[in-house]
Amino acid sequence: MKLIVSLSPHAHGNDTVERNMYGVIIALLPALLVSFYFFGLGSVIVCLTSVAACVFLEWAINKYILKNERNTILDGSAALTGLLLGMNLPSNLPIWIILIGALFAIGVAKMTFGGLGNNIFNPALVGRCALLVAFPAQMTSWPLPGQWLKYTDAETGATPLALMQEAIKNGNMEVLSQLPDAFSLLFADFSLNGGAGTIGEVCDLALIAGLVFMLWRKIITWHIPVSIIGTVFVLSGLLHLANPVYADPTVVILSGGLMLGAIFMATDYVTSPMTPKGQLIYGICIGLLTVIIRNWGAYPEGMSFAILIMNAFTPLINNYVKPKRFGEVPAKN
Amino acid sequence: MNIKTFSIGGIHPEENKLTHEVETKVANLPKQAVFPLSQHIGAPAVPVVQKGDKVKVGTMIADAGGFVSAPIYSSVSGTVLKIDTAIDATGYRKPAIIINVEGDEWEETIDRSDKLETVKDHPELTPEEIINRVKTAGITGMGGAGFPTFIKLTPPPTAKAECVIINAVECEPYITADYRLMMEKADEILVGLELLMMAAKVTTGYIGIETNKPKAIDLLTKKCAETFSASKYHVEVVPLKQRYPQGGEKQLVDAVINRQVPAPPAIPVNVGAIVQNVGTAYAVYEAVMKRKPLFERYTTVTGKRLQSPGNFLVRMGTPMQDLIEACGGMPEGDNKLLAGGPMMGKALTSTEVPICKGTNSVTIISDDEARRKEPQPCIRCAKCVGVCPMGLEPYLLAKVSEVKNWERAEREDIVSCIECGSCQFTCPAHRPLLDNIRQGKSTVMGIIRARAAKK
Amino acid sequence: MNFMLIAVIVLGAIGLVAALVLFAASKKFAVDEDPRIAQVNEVLPGANCGGCGFAGCGGMADALVKGADAGSIEGLNCPVGGADVMSKVADLLGMAIANGEPKVAVVRCNGTCEHRPKVAEYAGLRTCAAMHACGAGETACGFGCLGCGDCMEACQFDAIRINPETGIAEVDEEKCVACGACVKACPRNIIELRKKGPKGRRVYVSCVNKDKGAVSMKACKVSCIGCSKCERECPFGAITVGNNCSYIDPEKCRLCRKCEKVCPTHAIVAVNFPIKKEEAAV
Repeated sequence: MKLIVSLSPHAHGNDTVERNMYGVIIALLPALLVSFYFFGLGSVIVCLTSVAACVFLEWAINKYILKNERNTILDGSAALTGLLLGMNLPSNLPIWIILIGALFAIGVAKMTFGGLGNNIFNPALVGRCALLVAFPAQMTSWPLPGQWLKYTDAETGATPLALMQEAIKNGNMEVLSQLPDAFSLLFADFSLNGGAGTIGEVCDLALIAGLVFMLWRKIITWHIPVSIIGTVFVLSGLLHLANPVYADPTVVILSGGLMLGAIFMATDYVTSPMTPKGQLIYGICIGLLTVIIRNWGAYPEGMSFAILIMNAFTPLINNYVKPKRFGEVPAKN
Repeated sequence: MNIKTFSIGGIHPEENKLTHEVETKVANLPKQAVFPLSQHIGAPAVPVVQKGDKVKVGTMIADAGGFVSAPIYSSVSGTVLKIDTAIDATGYRKPAIIINVEGDEWEETIDRSDKLETVKDHPELTPEEIINRVKTAGITGMGGAGFPTFIKLTPPPTAKAECVIINAVECEPYITADYRLMMEKADEILVGLELLMMAAKVTTGYIGIETNKPKAIDLLTKKCAETFSASKYHVEVVPLKQRYPQGGEKQLVDAVINRQVPAPPAIPVNVGAIVQNVGTAYAVYEAVMKRKPLFERYTTVTGKRLQSPGNFLVRMGTPMQDLIEACGGMPEGDNKLLAGGPMMGKALTSTEVPICKGTNSVTIISDDEARRKEPQPCIRCAKCVGVCPMGLEPYLLAKVSEVKNWERAEREDIVSCIECGSCQFTCPAHRPLLDNIRQGKSTVMGIIRARAAKK
Repeated sequence: MNFMLIAVIVLGAIGLVAALVLFAASKKFAVDEDPRIAQVNEVLPGANCGGCGFAGCGGMADALVKGADAGSIEGLNCPVGGADVMSKVADLLGMAIANGEPKVAVVRCNGTCEHRPKVAEYAGLRTCAAMHACGAGETACGFGCLGCGDCMEACQFDAIRINPETGIAEVDEEKCVACGACVKACPRNIIELRKKGPKGRRVYVSCVNKDKGAVSMKACKVSCIGCSKCERECPFGAITVGNNCSYIDPEKCRLCRKCEKVCPTHAIVAVNFPIKKEEAAV
């Protein structure tokens, strides 16, 4: 029976790293389940492989290369990276390519920088972009929804973003009529032809449900998702009004990886700014870059690159954007 | 109706006000009373008695040791045993006067009657006289900090006081001493407030109370209306949202009069507010009206595993052990013994530490509840930034303190930290943020002092 | 083929132009520095430890050359290089140098786990600075070594470590260069730089406890109780007792060890003396 001492505080709230990481995974579940329904066997294999590969790689690197006493795989961050990586891939991607992606995500983007908390770039996005650059053909063939038992042999089709890019490049407005409308994108109408995409892109409503869950549990704040989506909406709206070859802004914000990126990828703790003002600046710049890359860049999808570019600016934003200090405001009556 | 609160950050720890409705008991006299000479901010007091002297309750045993200092009065009658060192709430042995208690004889000058003395009954009182009596009675801040009250009542020439704010917030979990004081001595507190307003030469007063004390809010609102409505004073009871650290001086001024005190060396009076704890207001009443120096106070002794936690009117110098026994004894197993509450209290290595001027609570938390978990790497979630009531970035301050980059720490305003603990309470990775920040803050303050001294 | 040739020529030309520009810049913008500073810097160990009082070896070299110009390099000493390096520097600058006595860091606390029982458990950030701010520590002695290793962190020469069996700091005399980093790091001022002594022998009081004798004995079996027996015994007046604690002046101590024999709590320690038969029992 002895007395314990330490410096104050002597109480702690309930928050833990695990609660936050597993909370994000729970927020992703609705979208994941819809995607399994959409893309069947392929999506299950891709997601499970990705999660397993990421967790295994983190365990192995921790144990054999870094020789840490405590293995960090249980805090949920490796599993989360694996899940997000999987949801950024098309569901017909062969397993060996997924493994290379996991190696880039965990090995290069996370562990070489020092593990959780020290990476500059979002690991899942580094994995995805590395694969996009290394295996462009496989990474841009999108299986059509509804083929439940097919994996690498699934039939492929165009994504809404590919259609938009074609419209802009060739001035071809008829292509835009093939686009699913906003309602279908939101509720993932099963039969649409243009509804192909990566595993996580297809059901925006499920993604928004995940956002609401995370806001309720105070895992993230509204600043990043709202600033990204708002910026893209406003800019696309202006472009659409100027020239109808640019698609309707409501369709633009609901298509491609924008929702997935704005809600789950850009809000990654480690790579986003630490102050609300900084987060708004970060979000607006991501929105701007996404619109630029989507409309005038070579790739149809600009979200991943936009986020990675802004990840590089996060330390700069953290340095110069400080929270409002108490007492900075002159006395007011 | 919008309940007022402070503008930045804040957390909601569990209330645990176990002793809210436990009426205050008068604690038994100890067998030996220990009076550390340093119970306040400023120079330690200097003994004016020696071994063998006989003292009564209310006899001065140590005089102020400088301008920023306060005298200490005996709370017991008996014989001075020795002037030696004893463990106090800092955890170290410090010089102290130890008195063997014999009987309970009081100085004749103290008025022990229960009659409520109002300012109207004493037209001879002047602001200078009030401040003088507060000074000689040795009153220091009773909320825990222990700043000599008479200095607070005489602001520097650059600042002008506009109002007195009574801090009855008690935002720390577990502590209920101020609440019981309000429920049991409301009239006296209001007279004390009037005395403070007179001394500070202001006519506006506020009493800030958190909404988890509705009975106190109602009682004081009613009494305020009775006492002050026909007078020149404008006194308002301000209910405040329950949020930690509402009881911090700066947060209280922000919430009540909507002004933010700038970074140190600015103090609340620079924006016109003089903040006093409600216990201090009561002590001022007793000192000025009853000629009673400061030697006893309301203290809560509490903890989930204590048999019968309670609130006590206790003579200073009583070892904590006596109070813990009165509550059923130290619980089994490993415990943390805190002088104060769980957010800012000091953990002690001995139950013999005496109750001092600023000891508002003795809290006992079991090791299972209080034990810190293993820290993990910072996940940069920015939750600490969100809860810091001073608008600082705790993760950054902790990091620069760890790597001893003192210039960066100073640039990031580390001296503004009020050490409330909200950041460490919130951190999901259980990082020892405040431990590092405290280290950095004291080093940087030393550097700033050295720089000022060189000039 | 054509294109390759053009590419090679163009790149070669760019390289040549760049080289010429750099050469011109290095000549035009060259900083005139006293060549002796570079020479002295070569001789210095290059550890940049700060033991000389300057930020790095470069700063020390600068100071030495300035001192040589001013007439004396008295007071400048590189503790890492020692007499060896200082004499080389003196030769280089044509100066004479007063040889300082070699010093070593001494941890003046013997409150091991065996001698100083724990009365509480500290469960916070494990640095000496944090523990010191929290209170007396895990024992009843508020002056003794806390054993969290702030000194170990500060040492750049791996010369001090916390012994896991005793729980207090221990100096490796071979590696210690008396740079003073550990002295600054210790929040309780327990570590002192003392003369190494002939054959590495020295006598010192291994306690800085300023509590009264009865109190410090309860906290630690080998604490100094301020009884002053040592002060009375010393034939050379090297010992002073103040604040209930004894101190041996290293300048006056002649290593006779009389004080060690009379100390009732064995707080006085003598190191590197040969072990005689009758002392082996102590």
